[in-house]
Amino acid sequence: MIVRQEKVIFSGFGGQGALFAGQLLAYAGIAEDLYVTWIPSYGPEMRGGTANCTVIVSEEEIGAPIIRNPSAAVVLNLPSMEKYEPLIKPGGLLIVNASLVPMRSERDDIRVVYARATDIATEMGNARMANLVLLGALVQRTGIVPLETVMIELDKHISDRHRRWLEPNKEALRKGTELAAAQ
Amino acid sequence: MATEIRIPEGMELVYEYPESLAKKDTHYCPGCTHGIVHRLIAEALDDLGVRERTIGIAPVGCSVLAYYYFNVDFVEAAHGRAPAMATGIKRVNPDKIVFTYQGDGDLAAIGTGEIIHAANRGELITTIFINNAIYGMTGGQMAPTTLPGMVTTSTPTGRNCALAGYPIRMSEILAQTEGAVYVTREATTDLASIRKTKKAIKRAFKVQVEGLGFSCVEVVSTCPTNWNLDPWEAMEWAKENMTEYFLLGTYKMTDEVKALKV
Amino acid sequence: MAKELLEGNVAFAEAAVRFGLRAYFGYPITPQSEALEHLSKRMIEEGRVFLQAESELAAINMVYGAACTGVRVMTSTSGPGFSLMEEGFSYIAGSEVPAVIVNMMRGGPGLGNIQPSQGDYFLMTKSAGHGDFHPIVLAPASIQELIDMVGLAFELAEKYRTLVFIAGDGSLGQMMESAELPPMQDLPKERPAWAITGAKGRESKFITSLYLGAENLEAVNLRLQAKLAEIRENEIRWQEYETEDAELLLIAYGIVGRICISALREARNAGLKVGLLRPQTLWPLAEERMAELARQVRGILVAEMSAGQLLEDVQRAVAAKTSVHFYGRLGGVVPMADEIVDKLRELDEETH
Repeated sequence: MIVRQEKVIFSGFGGQGALFAGQLLAYAGIAEDLYVTWIPSYGPEMRGGTANCTVIVSEEEIGAPIIRNPSAAVVLNLPSMEKYEPLIKPGGLLIVNASLVPMRSERDDIRVVYARATDIATEMGNARMANLVLLGALVQRTGIVPLETVMIELDKHISDRHRRWLEPNKEALRKGTELAAAQ
Repeated sequence: MATEIRIPEGMELVYEYPESLAKKDTHYCPGCTHGIVHRLIAEALDDLGVRERTIGIAPVGCSVLAYYYFNVDFVEAAHGRAPAMATGIKRVNPDKIVFTYQGDGDLAAIGTGEIIHAANRGELITTIFINNAIYGMTGGQMAPTTLPGMVTTSTPTGRNCALAGYPIRMSEILAQTEGAVYVTREATTDLASIRKTKKAIKRAFKVQVEGLGFSCVEVVSTCPTNWNLDPWEAMEWAKENMTEYFLLGTYKMTDEVKALKV
Repeated sequence: MAKELLEGNVAFAEAAVRFGLRAYFGYPITPQSEALEHLSKRMIEEGRVFLQAESELAAINMVYGAACTGVRVMTSTSGPGFSLMEEGFSYIAGSEVPAVIVNMMRGGPGLGNIQPSQGDYFLMTKSAGHGDFHPIVLAPASIQELIDMVGLAFELAEKYRTLVFIAGDGSLGQMMESAELPPMQDLPKERPAWAITGAKGRESKFITSLYLGAENLEAVNLRLQAKLAEIRENEIRWQEYETEDAELLLIAYGIVGRICISALREARNAGLKVGLLRPQTLWPLAEERMAELARQVRGILVAEMSAGQLLEDVQRAVAAKTSVHFYGRLGGVVPMADEIVDKLRELDEETH
């Protein structure tokens, strides 16, 4: 039996929104009636200065919420790239914020999407939306949850303080999917 | 059990147990003033008509068995923690009258943190603090309020403040907290001071009945047994020595408290 | 109620509100302060009692006071705060009043760190304070189980008039998972008959843990021991996974228990006949079942985030009927499923 499941690490500097992007995927997973866990910077992957979380979205009940080898990694900065690129499972997916990561993966057993997410987000008016550009790319490539569900959950969980950024955030997600589809 | 008193014909009863006091024989030493203060508390509870909604918290020390002597509901606290327990009880039972009965080791040493924070929060509780400058139950060791030079079983050559620190004045400290509305130091060293103490205790409970804030009555007391004095000498000694360091008087009384009729 | 994404600390706090928590007294400590923060808002909204105490020592004694008056009361903390509360635990046990304490364990000893750990197993199951007593210790492995165990904890605490600990760890407190909260319960109108409520229309009474006279205190202790025996008889809980044909047995609780579910799946895929016993109560512990399974399997692997605390109880329970191996990570390091699988392979080879 093939289980619909993704184990994703989101990692970046504090403030880049890695934890929120992970939560949004988790919310979407619940909306799709899947089992979900989200766990922040814990276990051997802990490292000062970066914020990361592990999200598991699965059709089957989740065992370990903390994993060594993710099926996908979303890296928002260079330290995260150096740390998680080697750990991705063969056949897995790497989403790179090419604006801040000036290197390319040399692995030939994983799929890689390079997105100049910070530049794209800056052009759209707020560099902090880079996380959603990358989440859009992840969703497009894995198909673990529909983009529409992510949009609905974004609407539900965006804070009042950031609500005026709702439409631009949705646009960022869309840009990410388009970009991933084109690569 | 205390024996029932029969009143001979032609005589009348002028003195009896307050309802808030249980009819039990005492375990306190001859000349100990715990019994006096117990009675003053019981009279105050009777006067205010709150016996049936009062919960007392017994300390660790000589008065650890205080719950045997009161005809009110009681709980027994860990050493020094009575004000925390009282906080827990009063917060979930705001209609109850909650009081702690604590000695100097309990309140001024191991439980300093709890009493200061309870007072500072303005917990609507009443604390009766017995200060006799010694640890009675454990056999006469130094208390936080033991006077300079005073001989105890753990200061055999007299309290040397350079080594053992200075006697702590709790009423003065508690009076500094915003939450306390009534803090007074009284004594049981003679009839006049006992009468004054009674009034202070009643006022302290009245403060709680009216929900005005934290109230505390410190009572300068004696310990004839561990002071190695007879009861009379102990009272005299306390008057001459204790009240010189621990000045009697009211350290805090807000206008609202002052206005209470006692 | 539908499933939501809930953080462990918020989940147990909200569950407590819905299960009728009347008062919470606590002191902030990582990794569980989110519970205190959540309750600072929710308890006030519901017109109940929330108080941030000046220390864990004061907090547990506030819990003790409130518990004496027969209401649902709890506190939560982590290792260093838990140590400070031990005095209160002993008095609560000696006075036989119900109280619930959540311990989200972190790395120790001393200040240690704020990463997940299971180093307080001995403290919770065997040495929660001076004197002879055992609290009931519940060990959830998921946010859902954590929520459900809050309700169970209150029930057991009241049924036996005892302390109940919920043994979580930093990862369970901080992680989010899909789970369902219970509906809001009404607060009970009546207080239990034993509660201290003021001597209105009845004789005055008291609650104490002081019994002068050796024979008196021995009698009290014998009664407490009889109660513990009853708890042992009725309240042992555990879950088994694929033990029917197991040749190797994993034993682990809490977050490590669920990591072992992943290890079990991996090991089964690799052809190892592995089963898992996950204790849901650490005291009392499923010792008899462990002994039974010990006769069936070639070897046992105990996995913990400690230097081997549950291990000692497993060794005692199985009494050398089978080989018992151990895998522990310390200081906040969480064991990975693949490390446990490697250990299972070693155990398999050594016992062939």
